[in-house]
Amino acid sequence: MTSGRAWALLILAAAFFVPAAGSRYYTFLANDVVIWALFATSLNLLVGYTGLVSFGHAAYFGIGAYTTGVLMKKLGVSFLLAFPAAGVMAGLFALFFGFFCVRLTRIYFAMLTLAFAQIVWAICFKWNEVTGGEQGMPEIPYPDFDWVERVAAWVPFVGGYRTSDYFYFLTLILVAVCFWLLGRVVGSPFGRMLTTVRENPERAEFIGVNVRRYELAAFIVAGVFAGLSGGLFGIFNRGVFPDFAYWTKSSEVLIMTLLGGMGTFMGPALGALVLIWLNQQIVSYTQYWPLVLGTILIVLLFVFPGGIAGAVGSAARRLRRRRQVA
Amino acid sequence: MLDVRDLKKSFDGFQAVGGVSFSVPQGSISAIIGPNGAGKTTLFNLITGHLSPDTGSVTFKNREITGIAPHDLCRLGMGRSFQRTNIFPRLTVFQNIQAAFLCHRGRGWNLLAPVDRFYRDETQVLLDSVGLLDKAGEVAGFLSHGNQKQLELGITLALEPEILLLDEPTAGMSAQETRESIHLIERIARERGLTLLFTEHDMEVVFAIAHRITVLHQGLVIADGTPEEVRAHAEVRRVYLGERR
Amino acid sequence: MPDLSFVFAQSLSGLTAAMFLFLIASGLSLIFGVLRVLNFAHGTFYMLGAYGAYQFVQWTGAGGARFWLAALLAALGVAVLGGIVEHFLFQRLYGKDELYQLLFTYALVLVLGDVAKIIWGTQQKSLSRPPGLTGALSLFGATIPYYNLFIILLGPAIALGFWFALQRTRAGRFIRAAALDRETLGALGVNVSALYTGVFVLASFLGGLGGALITPMRAIVPGMDTEVIVEAFVVVVIGGLGSFWGTFLGALIYGQVLSFGILFFPRFSIFSIFALMAAVLIIRPWGLLGRPLK
Repeated sequence: MTSGRAWALLILAAAFFVPAAGSRYYTFLANDVVIWALFATSLNLLVGYTGLVSFGHAAYFGIGAYTTGVLMKKLGVSFLLAFPAAGVMAGLFALFFGFFCVRLTRIYFAMLTLAFAQIVWAICFKWNEVTGGEQGMPEIPYPDFDWVERVAAWVPFVGGYRTSDYFYFLTLILVAVCFWLLGRVVGSPFGRMLTTVRENPERAEFIGVNVRRYELAAFIVAGVFAGLSGGLFGIFNRGVFPDFAYWTKSSEVLIMTLLGGMGTFMGPALGALVLIWLNQQIVSYTQYWPLVLGTILIVLLFVFPGGIAGAVGSAARRLRRRRQVA
Repeated sequence: MLDVRDLKKSFDGFQAVGGVSFSVPQGSISAIIGPNGAGKTTLFNLITGHLSPDTGSVTFKNREITGIAPHDLCRLGMGRSFQRTNIFPRLTVFQNIQAAFLCHRGRGWNLLAPVDRFYRDETQVLLDSVGLLDKAGEVAGFLSHGNQKQLELGITLALEPEILLLDEPTAGMSAQETRESIHLIERIARERGLTLLFTEHDMEVVFAIAHRITVLHQGLVIADGTPEEVRAHAEVRRVYLGERR
Repeated sequence: MPDLSFVFAQSLSGLTAAMFLFLIASGLSLIFGVLRVLNFAHGTFYMLGAYGAYQFVQWTGAGGARFWLAALLAALGVAVLGGIVEHFLFQRLYGKDELYQLLFTYALVLVLGDVAKIIWGTQQKSLSRPPGLTGALSLFGATIPYYNLFIILLGPAIALGFWFALQRTRAGRFIRAAALDRETLGALGVNVSALYTGVFVLASFLGGLGGALITPMRAIVPGMDTEVIVEAFVVVVIGGLGSFWGTFLGALIYGQVLSFGILFFPRFSIFSIFALMAAVLIIRPWGLLGRPLK
């Protein structure tokens, strides 16, 4: 097992102990981080690996959230179906929107992703019957956890938690599986082809890569995982609201990806952790979180363009070189 | 093997290629020469599907390929290198070549298997044949210009082409690098029985290895034949040697 | 069938909105045409122009020509701010990835937006109409405020003046040249960096002016920056990124679609705007009057 994978498993295991060790507040925070980490990593498949900058990734987040929300709250569908449905629905929209988006380049691509996201937002904002309109859909029910208490009778350590804790554990497991899948995709021949598209689309064409088709595939995969994270977030947030698809949400996740470093797989997850933790810290002192975030962003852009992971990586390389010379 | 018939292409009223026809026999080494702006790169782009011609056709192995997209074309056995070095800068040398193998051999849509187990041997063999085996782990973007050109050749060879189209393969090289590069290309073409079509500025190179030469001037063919025939051609001398009497 | 005077009134209100958007979007389009960057912070300059005008009126009191003076000063202040930001910060990002430049402008939105909140708080502010332009005119059965009429006339006036400057003045020629090929321009010895700063200053002036002038019509409130920037994006996309008259046309279309959308299909008005934007990008990405980017 590589050291990276060992660390990941260690962190995952440690994450399971948060409800037991910490308060409700920390579980809440950890849950938030885990979901956004998935959202950011899904975006990174597009931005970091394929070189496609999307300004409208929140559309799929919102679609996933509303799909799960509507299914569970209005139609009483079980989470077992509602969760994958979020991914499927988001994937279908990604297929439709992506088909048009990948035919454009750079700024036009970004503008069209933004336009589609705003369309999704506008629909969620106005379609009162289905989406609850401007008010959104509060109180999405938690998945049914009754069976856990029954299991707890003969398995130690499992019982005695709050519903929100059970949801946290469920989130951890599901997101871990998603990360594992995304990790496989990124490390696969398909993932390597995506990097060729990022590095040099013209050359990629001339080794046989149908650039448009690969970009669309990346768009869909990214959309699916964004949708899944949205489905989880709607329940976690105790409500689904139109601003899930608004462009400022897209920029938040883009910043997370950049902050953590889009050159690495776990970079965006790190960015999610740092940003959410920082947000919580700052918000308790001042209401001017955007000011702090903006300043951090500016510092980042001028001093650490590779994000945190990039800075750490290059510092580590410099240390290694110094040790070799010495 | 490759037949170009009456290709025409205009941009905003400017006629870049004005009705070019020539043939490239199988196994031969053919060159297209001409002063700057003669339309050589446009012609290449027309043949390899990066541009659609206004009229005319391109036939490859008796199959019409006019306007076929580049990613389909390289499956048919056509390999191409570009004037400005075209590699994948942030991938390693090894990964550059491996990527070409992956796509060409149809593994590009494998979403779950780890990529590093594929085509290790083939990649190393190919790296060796273009002289880059010792640099396999280096990041491609940091290689010298000459090495990058070698890498680009390697990427093209990984596609197992039957014909190689090289656009100014020695552009930007020193005299020494040019000689080495040309020897490498010629050797590889001979070893693999490839047909070669290239454009060049450097006359020494062209006359050293080409079997056939086509001369372009302002988008039209003004001469087409063996090196001796072209060297003696009056129009060619006028165009190249200019107003010198 | 709603009666004609109502339709006319709606159309005029769409026209008014269009002129404001034109002011803002033209700056955005200018920055994109020359600097090749989509400036998210442009909406913030608009907002700062509005707050600036409010602040000047607070200091000098309303009445007389003070409103116009305040508007002009606010626009100039925003222009100076734009110049400082461009010269000292933005210039350092020019070699880097476009994504970084974009995110920098977004960071500006965050920082400046909060600075505005710190200085002026979150409560709505407004300014009353300048004396001389209070009151309204009755035309074809509809009541049109004089101020709106002024804006409707000011828009094309500025457009023509601007266009004239672009076509006839030396600076204008440089700007047009820079939009086409900045490398050559630099090679010809033109101080490209000063040109860029100048363009940014001019664009910020226009944005700030738009914000200052809109104060008698709309409340000055945090969030007006993020709201307007998306509208400006739509206008610029429809008209054509980098095209001057395209922006004017785009603004006109946007204004009419929005006002009639609200009238006939109120639930779909926002949707139709973005659907239009998407449609333009799908069918003709470089907009109605734009040219395909190299």
